[in-house]
Parts: sequence; C-alpha cells; structure tokens
Amino acid sequence: MFGYYFDLALRSLRRNPILTALMVLAIGLGIGASMTMLTVLHVMSADPLPDRSGQLFYPHLNPTPLSHRKNAMGPDPTDNMTWPDAMALLAAHRGTRQAAMAGGNLVVQPEKAGANPFTIDGRYTTADFFTMFGLRFVQGNAWAATEDAARSRVVVLSEALSRTLFGTNDSVGRMVQLGEHTFRVIGVTAPWMPQPKFYADAAARKFGESDQFFLPLGTALDLKLDTSGNVSSWQKFSGDLTASSVTWLQFWVQLDKPAQVAAYSRFLFDYSAQQKALGVYERPADSARLDSLRERLITLHLVPDDLRLQSWLALGFLMVCMVNIVALLLAKFLRRSGEVSVRRALGAQRRDIFMQFGVESVLIGLVGGGLGLLLAQLGLWGIRRRPDEYSQLAQMDTAMLLSTFALAVVASVLAGLLPAWRACHIAPALQLKTL
Amino acid sequence: MNLPLQPILASLRHHRLTTTLLMLQVALTCAIVCNVAFMVVNRWSEVHIDSGVDEASLSVLDSQGVKADANPWVHHAEDLAALRGIPGVTSAVAVDTLPLGGSESSTGACGSSEALEAAIKANSLDGQSTCVQFATLAGSSGELAALGLKLIAGRDFLPEDYKTGDISTAIISRELAKRLYPGAQALGKSLYNGSDTPVRIVGIVDTLLRPYLRDAGINQFTMLWPQLPNGNNVTYLLRSAPRDSERVLEAAVAVLNKVNPQRIIPAKSVRTYTQMRDTYFQRDTTMIGLLLASAMGLFFVTALGIAGLANFWVQQRTRQIGIRRAIGATRGDILHYFQIENFLIVSGGIALGMLLAYALNLLLMQHYELPRLPLHYLPIGALALWGLGQIAVLGPALRAAAVPPVVATRSV
Repeated sequence: MFGYYFDLALRSLRRNPILTALMVLAIGLGIGASMTMLTVLHVMSADPLPDRSGQLFYPHLNPTPLSHRKNAMGPDPTDNMTWPDAMALLAAHRGTRQAAMAGGNLVVQPEKAGANPFTIDGRYTTADFFTMFGLRFVQGNAWAATEDAARSRVVVLSEALSRTLFGTNDSVGRMVQLGEHTFRVIGVTAPWMPQPKFYADAAARKFGESDQFFLPLGTALDLKLDTSGNVSSWQKFSGDLTASSVTWLQFWVQLDKPAQVAAYSRFLFDYSAQQKALGVYERPADSARLDSLRERLITLHLVPDDLRLQSWLALGFLMVCMVNIVALLLAKFLRRSGEVSVRRALGAQRRDIFMQFGVESVLIGLVGGGLGLLLAQLGLWGIRRRPDEYSQLAQMDTAMLLSTFALAVVASVLAGLLPAWRACHIAPALQLKTL
Repeated sequence: MNLPLQPILASLRHHRLTTTLLMLQVALTCAIVCNVAFMVVNRWSEVHIDSGVDEASLSVLDSQGVKADANPWVHHAEDLAALRGIPGVTSAVAVDTLPLGGSESSTGACGSSEALEAAIKANSLDGQSTCVQFATLAGSSGELAALGLKLIAGRDFLPEDYKTGDISTAIISRELAKRLYPGAQALGKSLYNGSDTPVRIVGIVDTLLRPYLRDAGINQFTMLWPQLPNGNNVTYLLRSAPRDSERVLEAAVAVLNKVNPQRIIPAKSVRTYTQMRDTYFQRDTTMIGLLLASAMGLFFVTALGIAGLANFWVQQRTRQIGIRRAIGATRGDILHYFQIENFLIVSGGIALGMLLAYALNLLLMQHYELPRLPLHYLPIGALALWGLGQIAVLGPALRAAAVPPVVATRSV
C-alpha cells in the first residue's frame, strides 16, 4: 500500500510542479536557517569533557565585605578565588583531585637565531590539573606537588609549541625562555582542546585556541609573571596578588561520588563559617556554594545575546514557512476532493486517505530537508568565514545532520496533519454528485 | 468601483481555514518584520555613531616590548621621533587606547571633594549626583590635534602638563562636563579622584567617544589625560593624508623594527582607524546583514504563499470566472475581485500582526534590552505588506482576468 501512496504522491506533486517547488523551497529555507543557528548553538553548548564533566565542580566563596556592591558593568569578584582561600582549599585536600589556576600570557623567545619573539597563552596551575582534566603526555610528565611548593622553574609545553620551538615533540630537558626567565621543559602534552574552555577566567576567550604552556602557579607568583584574567580587589590594590582582598584564581575540584559532593558542600560551608569566626569574612556561611561544570557554563554566559536572538529569528522564520505550507497543502488537498470521494466511495477508509496525504507531506518534507541541509551548510560556511571566536566550530556533526532531516520531516508532517485530516473528512456522496 | 464586498466575503467564509492560515502567516510576518526593522535601525545608528575623531586621516599600530624596560617612555619617545621622519606623516602620538579601540581604562571621580568623601564613606559612586565612572584616554603631546577633536572651551595641554607620574590637568568631553558640574561652567574646576592633588579641567571637547561603548547616555563620558604611556605595550597613532595611510603603515612597521627589533608588532593591530572602527562594529554589521536577510526571506516566503494560493483559487474558479464574464463582468471586475480579496486577507493579517508585533516587542524588551517599538513602525509595516500582497496577487489576478467567457459553456 505504501508504494501505491508513494506513487500517488509523486504524481500529485508532478501535477503542480510550481506549487511543489514553492513548498519545497519554503520548507528548505526555514529548515536551512534554523539548522544553521541550531548547529552553532549546539557546538557552543557542547560538553567540553564528555567523559569526566560530571565529576568536576567549581567552588564559590564570597570574601567580599558586606558593604561591597558589585559594579553593574564590571566582572563579579566572587567569580574567582583569593590566593589564601585557594591555598587553604588545596591544602585541605577534600576532593579526589583539586587545582588552582590562572591564565597567563608570555613572550616566548625562540632559540633559533633570527626568529622573532611571539606571545603565547598558557596557564599557571597546580599539580593535579593534568590528572584531573585528563591531559595526556606524549613525552615526560607533569610536575609533582613538591615542585609546586618548591616553586620550581619547570614548564609543560603543548605538542604544537614544542614543535614550533624545537622542531620536535621531544623537548623534555631543554630550556625555554618565557618572558624574562628560563624554564626547564619536563613534559609535552598531546593536543587538548576542550570547547568551550570551561576552566578559564570568565573574561577569557572560551572558544578557539587552547593553552600552549603550563607552569606551576607558585613559580608564576614568585616571578611576578603577567596574568591574563580579571583581578578584582575591594581594597586599594597594592599589586600583591596574595592579599585576602584580591580574587584572581579559578579553582576546580574533582568529586567522584554524590556523597563526596555533599561532603564538599558542607566543607565549603564550614570553611566560610570558620573564616567568618576569624573575622576574615563578613558574609554568612551559606554564601558559599558548589557549582557543577554545567552550572559553571551557565554562569559564563557562553552564548552571546545576538546569537540567541538570531536563533529565535530563524525559528520564527521556520514557523512562518510552516504556516505557509499548511495553507498551500490545505488548498491542494481540498482541491482533490473529487478524487478523495471516489476513493472513499470505492471503499477506502479515512485512515487510507490520511495515509495517502501523509506520505505526500513527508515526501515534501524530505526533499525540503535535503534542500535545507544544503542551505544550512552554506550558512555554516558563511559563519566560519566570520572572525567571531566561535566561528571555527560551526560544523555539523552526524547528530545534527540527522536532526536536520528529523526536523524537516516532523515539520512537514505537522504541516500536513491538518490538511490531511480535513481531506479525510470529505464525505464521499456529496462530492460524487458534483463529478 | 461597483464591486460589492458580499460575494468576496462569502467566498472567504467558504475557505475559512485557508484564509485564516494565510492571515496568520501575514500576521507573523508583520510582527517579525516590524521588530526586525526596528532592530536594524537601532544597530544602524549605533554603527554610525560619531566618534568625534577625524578617522579618515588616521592609522594605528601596537608595539609590545619584549624585554623588561626601566623607562619605557624614553624608548617610546625615540620611536615617535623615528615615526615622524616617515614622509607623509604629519603627526605621531603614543597613546594607551583610542575611541572605539576596544580596551578601556576607566576611573571614578567627583565634581567636588565633599561628594568624593560621601562616596568613599558609602563605598560606592552610585548615590552621588556629581560622581561618575568615566573612560580615560592617555597620550603624549599632540593627541588632541592628531585626533582632530573640536575644542569648545579652554586650551590644549601645555608641554609641561605631560608627565609619566601623577597628572594635574585634564580635558573632558562636553557630556562629562555636564554630568560632573550640572548647570555650572566646568572649565577651571577641579575633579576629585582620590589622588593627592585634584585634577583641573583645562579644556572641553565637543564629542569624544569611549573606547568601549556602553549605554547611549554614558558613551561620551571620556577624559583626555596628559599622561605619557609608560608601559611595555603602547599604541602609536599616525596622521597622514588618507591616500598615504597604507604606505605609512608599512613604513612604520619597518622603521620601528629598525629602531628596536626587540618588540612584537601584532599584524592585526597594524590598520587604519577606519579598519579599527569596522572591526569594532563587525558583529553589529553582521547582525544588520542577517536581520535584513531574514526580513527579505520572510517577505519572499509570504509572497510565495499569497501567490501560490491565489493561483490555486484562480484555477479552481476558472468556470465561475467564465460564467461571470459571460453574464457581463469586465476584465477589470475580475482583476479587482482578486485584488480586493487579497487586500481583505492581508488587512486581517495586519490587524492581528500589529498586536503580535507589540507583544513580540514586549518579549524582546524583557530579554534583550531592546527599547519600546515606536508606533510609526506599525503603519510602515502595514503599507509594506499591503504592497507585497498586491504585487504577489497581480500575476494570478491577471491570469484570472484573461479567462475568456466561453469557458462558461464548457463542462469542467
């Protein structure tokens, strides 16, 4: 029966080629615009570390005085942590793993004579960073907690930077000049590029290039290396990053079991209470909280308002296209009332008529979906040519490819529903009279 | 016109569902397009905001020192001397940032010392009427003239005003002057920012935009500051004839690398002021393009819908048209019939669309800080849709008018 309906649908569509083309074009445009935007949103809200994101948490403390009011335009100082708090949380060691970190931007001086210096982005962090986030080493390994304490002048390079500087990924033991100082390479990491870069400061770029070097946080502090994130102070800033009134560090903790998560929340509460008792904090202990990685991504507001607006616009466009198709299909199906009454008079049930027109709608949806896919690829190509930081990510994966067709078919079936329902309620006898 | 509306309305009632759908489509299009047009106009005026700067004659480039430097200003001064030697360069200035340059330093200050004390006590500038947060633009001698700013009161900085340390003079924008000293002459007054010596206002410029735009009301809260850039990173501003700018920039990179190769000149930072402005507004221009494209798309799809349906109805009614023609209706009558029918459908859609447009605007105001939709967008949107409907229906209506009366005598 399906084959017969398919044949009928093809004939019907061929009978009105212009109308068919209009419907396919309308659904194609709607699907193309929507899928372009949905793909961009999809890649921007992807899980940066699918295998371990459920175990990563971002503690928030609030050391700001009660009289402190957040500047409406400025960053939120409680988004980051002070040095004393981060060190206390590190030392307490209540999570499976934990690390404090800050972004850094340094000038690297290649050894090769005549090579120009250039700037690179990297991270100042503590030993657990690598195991907690699952970085793989192609050569050497990470530094140990003892080297954090000793503030050793060691550095871990990305494979790409190692190749640029030394022409090989095996640069362990070599010396590299970063800023004014020389560091010994102890490890080279395999490419690691979580998108978005969830662990970085709220002001940092979240898409695109990843960190090219990692060095111990204590060492960076010792050498007064430049940091590249928000530094907020609610007292006159003396330049001392270890002050208890300066927030600038990101802190992540790995908690494997729900019981651990609950225990850590309690620990943060107790820590806040203790700091308040000591007179360091002024705010109540329950102003401390523990965010999951998902919650952290929401705080970071990764999807710009413009992009959200564009997506709504695309969906609005799809809606207009759908209303358009409903009207056209309705007119088309009702025009074939005569044909329907004959089929009904010959014994076809309402279900059969419904199926027949349903197949025709789906067919339009599939062809429109194919056109929409082409248009979406064109749209994504256009987005990749924009200089926005997320633009390079605008690629369709298999899931989005399939959802394009799914959306197209769902849209066209929905659009065909009302017309087909109306068509199958045509009374056989009445229409036969007019023949 | 002797066409009674009755038969048209009767026919529309007969196709109630289809007519409603078409009206709904027109309504949605009307609602979206009105808001889209409003957003386009908003962005357009944002992109074309006056910076107060003579942009066409200016070029910029950044230089980042690689080695630690005890006295960077001395080296910047050497750079400036070399840059002034480039043929075609009429002035060269070292600055920290520029209007629409993106990165901004800002400071809070008050128009009186009492207000500052009150603000310090309250730990916030918010409650004080003469205290405000504004952007500071530091630069070496000649910045005012190089930028081509219009001084409306006072004077430019004197050579002795320029220092690397604490500054005691400033030039502010007219809007900042109004905000700091409401109803009073700002020239010669002092502003208090908490440093030991108050800063005296020596000049007022007409228009000067912030490096990073915020709300319309505070976009011109700016101050020129005769502080010599004394950090490793500096921006050089070069003035030349507009046609020379490409050559001047090329020469500038070469000259700077010759003076001292221990620096990084990011290729992205080497650009004309116009290019810098375009980069600043790149997202907005993209958005304008996308908004226009979607409005066009909506119009296109709606026109397709109207034309497609009209075509269908013409086919369906060929026999009736023939009968009407046979009993005396002129071609014009048939043509007008379809035109009026379309006008009625589109009018219905517009009526609903205006309500939807308003509702959509309320939604956008809530979530995207869009201002209220001015009422005059509604009649403009209505006119556009009426026009669109008439154009879309013209083809099918003409085809209907061309149906010969003899059709009436044939059976379908």
